[in-house]
Amino acid sequence: MRIAVLGLGAVGKGLLRMLAAKPELGLVLTAVADSSSACIEPGGIDPAAVLDRKSATNRCGTQGLTAEQVLDSGAFDVLVELTPTNAVTGEPALTHMRRALALGRHVVTSNKGPIAAAHAELQEIAAGQGVALRYEATVGGAIPVIHAIRDGLAGNRFHAITGVLNGTCNYILTRMDEEGLTYDQALAEARELGYAEADPTYDVRGIDAAIKLVILANTCWNLGVVLDDVAITGIDGLTVDALRLAAAQDCTIRLIGEASPDRGILRVAPRVLPRSHPLVIEGTLNAVMLSTDMAGECTLIGKGAGSVETASAIIGDLLAIRDRYVECG
Amino acid sequence: MVPLQVSMKLEMKDSPGQLVAALTPISEFGGNIIAVIHQREPDASSDTLGVQIVLEIEQDRLDALVAAIKRQGVSILRIGEERLLYRQSVIMIGHLIHTDIGDTIDRIDSTGFAEVAELNVQMPAITEPSTALITIKATTRSEMERALDLLRGVAAEKGLLIVEPLAEGER
Ligand SMILES: NC(=O)c1ccc[n+]([C@@H]2O[C@H](COP(=O)([O-])OP(=O)(O)OC[C@H]3O[C@@H](n4cnc5c(N)ncnc54)[C@H](OP(=O)(O)O)[C@@H]3O)[C@@H](O)[C@H]2O)c1
Repeated sequence: MRIAVLGLGAVGKGLLRMLAAKPELGLVLTAVADSSSACIEPGGIDPAAVLDRKSATNRCGTQGLTAEQVLDSGAFDVLVELTPTNAVTGEPALTHMRRALALGRHVVTSNKGPIAAAHAELQEIAAGQGVALRYEATVGGAIPVIHAIRDGLAGNRFHAITGVLNGTCNYILTRMDEEGLTYDQALAEARELGYAEADPTYDVRGIDAAIKLVILANTCWNLGVVLDDVAITGIDGLTVDALRLAAAQDCTIRLIGEASPDRGILRVAPRVLPRSHPLVIEGTLNAVMLSTDMAGECTLIGKGAGSVETASAIIGDLLAIRDRYVECG
Repeated sequence: MVPLQVSMKLEMKDSPGQLVAALTPISEFGGNIIAVIHQREPDASSDTLGVQIVLEIEQDRLDALVAAIKRQGVSILRIGEERLLYRQSVIMIGHLIHTDIGDTIDRIDSTGFAEVAELNVQMPAITEPSTALITIKATTRSEMERALDLLRGVAAEKGLLIVEPLAEGER
């Protein structure tokens, strides 16, 4: 199966490393683009050579070639969209994905922007073309939560989704709880360790978690909710005293995304949880609890980000597409 | 209407059908049985059965219920009431004192269906926001939800942050 990769940052590099390390997967790289170059080889590209070129020149291919030209070439079965997230417009990924789907190509992405903003539209184009749109890597990093909703728990009615969807916030709250650090101290530490961006606003204000909640909610219920529908409170106003007061009751505080159409709930907010609650997880981990009619409660816990971890989710999607659409030969 | 949580210690003949006879009036009067605890004494040579029941019922129906249970030939040894059933703690953060914490409490207390049972305020340096654990008691779950809604409104108005528990068993 031929794949084209747009975006060669942390996630794109992790994916190419795994393609190089696991040739037995049968995933053939035929095109790759970053913000200033591209490389198109319908016969196949050596992912290791692309990585070497990227680290030597900061370009993955020929300067001046673009993602648009990759799309024009049509030399791929699946487009893997890994450009930066724009939560408002979803661009440039949204345009890339629309074009690939319109060409009758499958799309796999780790990019939350277009999935949160235009899931229904993209899904409709995909269905019309008889191709797949898969986005496991957009939520919960390596955790196969979208697979669980769509496949493993297929046929269940979903009552609610609750989850820890942002590793940065979970790290900060874990440190405030365990070490009595102030919010500012814990944030500074998270930055130093590379767990928080230079501008952590999206994470600490709960926006990133809300985007992921929107994606999960639309996957479960297909009600077309958008970011604006989510009631969002971040963790940036929390005090050490709040964690201490919670601790005195054998509880702690975590940033929780919660969706339940039955109860009219769609919100992200810091919440008090008993320490024994399955969503009380440590550090940068993520967790999602699915409450269903047949399976009862099912909680998935795992690494919420990281280069190879996210590549794992992308490869899972690619292989699911291969098994479903591409004949083995 | 104010529902009560009532606990009753009953004594009845230890024969088939007696327990059902004792419990039937409860549902007839719109009561809701929360727990039934058998208290058969191990050395019981007596032919009576002790049962502790906990139920929820509208206040103005309690007397009629008691009479109906007695008519079944069941004696009520003890009866106790607890008005406020549900307790819920939330954490509040902000300039609690400057925004008149007394008023915040009054707004809950003056509802008549809920009250602030406990308040634990932590105060750091004067300019820093303070943090409090506030425990609310209410009679029913829906009244607790109304009290929390009221508190959310007060918090929004006063610019306070509320951290609520993630309810379990509400799914
Ligand atoms: N990092 C994670 O752990 C993680 C986990 C889950 C999901 N995600 C999501 O996955 C996506 C990629 O994340 P990342 O961490 O790899 O981001 P990143 O390190 O910022 O890399 C983004 C890549 O996209 C390229 N790019 C930007 N504009 C482009 C365009 N118009 N056409 C083609 N390429 C373009 C950049 O090119 P240059 O190299 O030339 O700058 C860069 O290679 C994001 O949407 C992110 O939210 C990330």
